[in-house]
Amino acid sequence: MPNQELLPHLFRTEYRKIVSVLCRHFGFDQIEIAEDIASDTFLTAVETWGLNGIPPNPTAWLYHAAKNRAKNYLHRNSIYENKIVPGLQKNNSVIYLEEIDLSPQNINDSQLQMMFAICHPSISTEAQIGLSLRILCGFGIEEIAGAFLTNKETINKRLYRAKEKLWDEKIKIELPGPSEIDERLETVLKTVYLLFNEGYYSVSQNETLRKDLCLEAMRLCYMLVENKNTNKPQVNALLSLMCFHASRFEARFNKNGELILYEDQDVSLWDSDLIRKGEYFLNCSASGNTVSKYHMEAAIAYWHTQKEDTKEKWENILQLYNQLLQIEYSPIAALNRTYALSKANGKEEAIIEAEKLNLTEYRFYFTLLGELYIDIDNEKAKLSFQKALSLAKTRTDKQTIQKKIDKL
Amino acid sequence: MKEFIMLFRADYSKIPKDSPEEMQAMNKKWMDWIGGIEAQNISFERGKRLTPNGKIVRANGVITDGPYAEIKETVNGHATVKVESIEDAVKIAKVCPILTVGGNVEIREIDLL
Repeated sequence: MPNQELLPHLFRTEYRKIVSVLCRHFGFDQIEIAEDIASDTFLTAVETWGLNGIPPNPTAWLYHAAKNRAKNYLHRNSIYENKIVPGLQKNNSVIYLEEIDLSPQNINDSQLQMMFAICHPSISTEAQIGLSLRILCGFGIEEIAGAFLTNKETINKRLYRAKEKLWDEKIKIELPGPSEIDERLETVLKTVYLLFNEGYYSVSQNETLRKDLCLEAMRLCYMLVENKNTNKPQVNALLSLMCFHASRFEARFNKNGELILYEDQDVSLWDSDLIRKGEYFLNCSASGNTVSKYHMEAAIAYWHTQKEDTKEKWENILQLYNQLLQIEYSPIAALNRTYALSKANGKEEAIIEAEKLNLTEYRFYFTLLGELYIDIDNEKAKLSFQKALSLAKTRTDKQTIQKKIDKL
Repeated sequence: MKEFIMLFRADYSKIPKDSPEEMQAMNKKWMDWIGGIEAQNISFERGKRLTPNGKIVRANGVITDGPYAEIKETVNGHATVKVESIEDAVKIAKVCPILTVGGNVEIREIDLL
């Protein structure tokens, strides 16, 4: 790996590990100190490696440097606690100078526990995603601002407020007990899925950033699968779903960054390796007797990996959407279900059902109506697409809809 | 919002059950009907389906078996739905698959008091 790529890469992979381990050691209320120590370690690496060249084992160098910094901090802190503030509290809680454990096992455990601490239901999902990106994925504040299409100050404020809230709640860095884990896992999975969607459907033009968000979400989910306490059917279902979606990453955009619709995608660009992984995790998810919305969505995504339009495919997708909607309503699921209905039962029936939905603030509602009316009432199709056009926000969306109108 | 119970009545002998394909086709109709309701973000709860056999107990100690010779139509299922008015419930019931086999839907408001 070329030198100029090595440090950003290491930052991405190691920053979160150092922060998680230190934070678990110090306690969540010391998270800013843990972040400072980790940042300072990387700053020193930039300086030292620039002068002396890259050490033979860069990761070990970073761990060693972080450990020393943490020890110095603890040492200073204990002098302060023991000598400068003597006797103020009889049972003062001294932070002991025990060894900081940067073993692979502890790194994994700490990151997983950190995930549960950050995805705590007491803070908003936006804050959860922001903190996950910063602490679990090692994203810079600027990158996070880019992903959310906002500025650095807003993100800094949002992250600070979220941390403050977690301090107030006295959040501990630990895995929830068995009685609590399913409920807490639901919040974690929701955050992971939103993180993935943030990348997959992002309005950001930065394709590398979008892809990174998706890969990070998959990595976090994989960590949950690897731990026996969190390796649950719904976790495997979510991972399967993300594998299936990610398999189409290369086929979704053309060279100009314009979105290519599913029907027009070049199947040879689909990643067959990820499809196989998706199938593997879908099989793993088929245990126990819980059926989550992720199961339904993964199964729907599986059928989408079969490009050919068969009766069987659309009938299955329709029934899966019928079940998904019974678990949880969402406008997108309602619209997609109606599309599947048109494929399985015919356009006439789907038009009647579509008009009942009345989701008039959604652009997709009008593109769906437009699609359904093609060849049945082209005038109505045109009107629907025009309404969709007036609701479209990005340039890519507008181009896609305009093409549909021009074809009529 | 008001809550309504829907009682599905039909003559069991008229419900297609001769082949797995027929039964599956009927099942699909029900699933598509329910999916269409849920797609409108209407709170709908499927009740349990009932088998055709049963007994009727009367005060004079007379117990009779079903199916009930005197009435052809029997209740074979129910559901609850939350909508603004009985007219909205009627709109939903108008496309219920039970109508395709000569059955009917009785809609009754649940007394929440």
